[in-house]
Amino acid sequence: MSDVTQGPEEFTALLKERAPRLVEHVDSGNIDAAINVLVELQHARTPELSAEHDVMELLREKALLLHDRISDGNYEDALVTLQDMQNVRDRGLYQEVGRLTRALHDAITNFHIDSSKGEEISEMTDATDRLSYVVELTDKAANKTLDLVEESLPMADALREEAGELKREWERLVARDMTPDEFRKLYWRLDEYFKRLDSDASQLSGNMTEILLAQDFQDLTGQVINKVTGLVKEVEASLVDLVFMASQVEAITGIVTKGEDTEVPADKDAKGHGPQIHKDQEDVMASQDDVDDLLSSLGF
Amino acid sequence: MKILVVDDFSTMRRIVKNLLRDLGFTNTHEADDGTSAWPMLQSGDFDFVVTDWNMPGMTGIELLQKIRADERLKSVPVLMVTAEAKRDQIVAAAQAGVNGYVVKPFTAAALKEKIEKIFERVDG
Repeated sequence: MSDVTQGPEEFTALLKERAPRLVEHVDSGNIDAAINVLVELQHARTPELSAEHDVMELLREKALLLHDRISDGNYEDALVTLQDMQNVRDRGLYQEVGRLTRALHDAITNFHIDSSKGEEISEMTDATDRLSYVVELTDKAANKTLDLVEESLPMADALREEAGELKREWERLVARDMTPDEFRKLYWRLDEYFKRLDSDASQLSGNMTEILLAQDFQDLTGQVINKVTGLVKEVEASLVDLVFMASQVEAITGIVTKGEDTEVPADKDAKGHGPQIHKDQEDVMASQDDVDDLLSSLGF
Repeated sequence: MKILVVDDFSTMRRIVKNLLRDLGFTNTHEADDGTSAWPMLQSGDFDFVVTDWNMPGMTGIELLQKIRADERLKSVPVLMVTAEAKRDQIVAAAQAGVNGYVVKPFTAAALKEKIEKIFERVDG
């Protein structure tokens, strides 16, 4: 492999420079950093780009040689050259496979699904847990709000009802259309109402404040969802890398795969899609009015 | 008026129940998907069904189709209250014989209007 190695002096210099750092990393238990140093050294020893270039150059050289030898009728030497070409090709393949293996390892590390690091849970599992937490929080907030509203509504209704009745009685009093006995009753009824108004109004106000506070889930779930969105983006990028690498493996090994037919099952609609996020899509009804228009066009 | 509210989210069932109570309908019952709604419909004398579309087990559209295919239940009005808003789905629901279609998120006014419309048509 001497033809693809960097100048030995340069590599030695780098090795001398990096070796103490490597030892340092290993001593301090910083294995990831140590591996990075090793990878760097390995790259310095076999730089891929120049390797690829050299392989092509070598193949071209040998091909010319082969052509000359066949032209000269020198079949024995031609066969040797052919074997040389085969060797060059194999070496190129090994290098490429080595490079891809390293890249694949990096991609998998970036994929956050590697749960082999001891007790630590993978980021994917973590993301799932986080989303369950969002469901839990929103559920709790919705139920709390509903509880408070269900408690407050009858209270507000009762206050309004009683106020209506008292107003009618009061109008009779103003019109002097009331017996002293009825007035005495109204007197105490008003007294009762004011007491109730005081306590119920403060209860209602308290419930409103609690409803207000129950909305704090938006802040918490927003943060969690933003984190998960970030992870999904990273995973997407890693997947694209992986697919790109797989295509390279296929290209150098000559594997041809047929893509799966992307047939949309007819009953996809029946299963449901969930809320439509992109309301501007052509086949999505943006509002209740659009739905009503569609239905009326169907004779509803 | 006995009403069955079918939705897999309990909070949505509560919201719909509260809105129905506001409209004067107090006799409401709940089911969390089509599968649990079906035996209730079979044994109870429900006058009206409000259902979501997207549910585990039996979906709302399947429940609607089942109701329309049932000799005894086929005339029970069904209101779909759902986040599903694709054109084809709404057409499919109409073809399956839905009586009204409300898309989430919805307003109390929209629900009220659809329910009143359904009973106008059923009674008229």
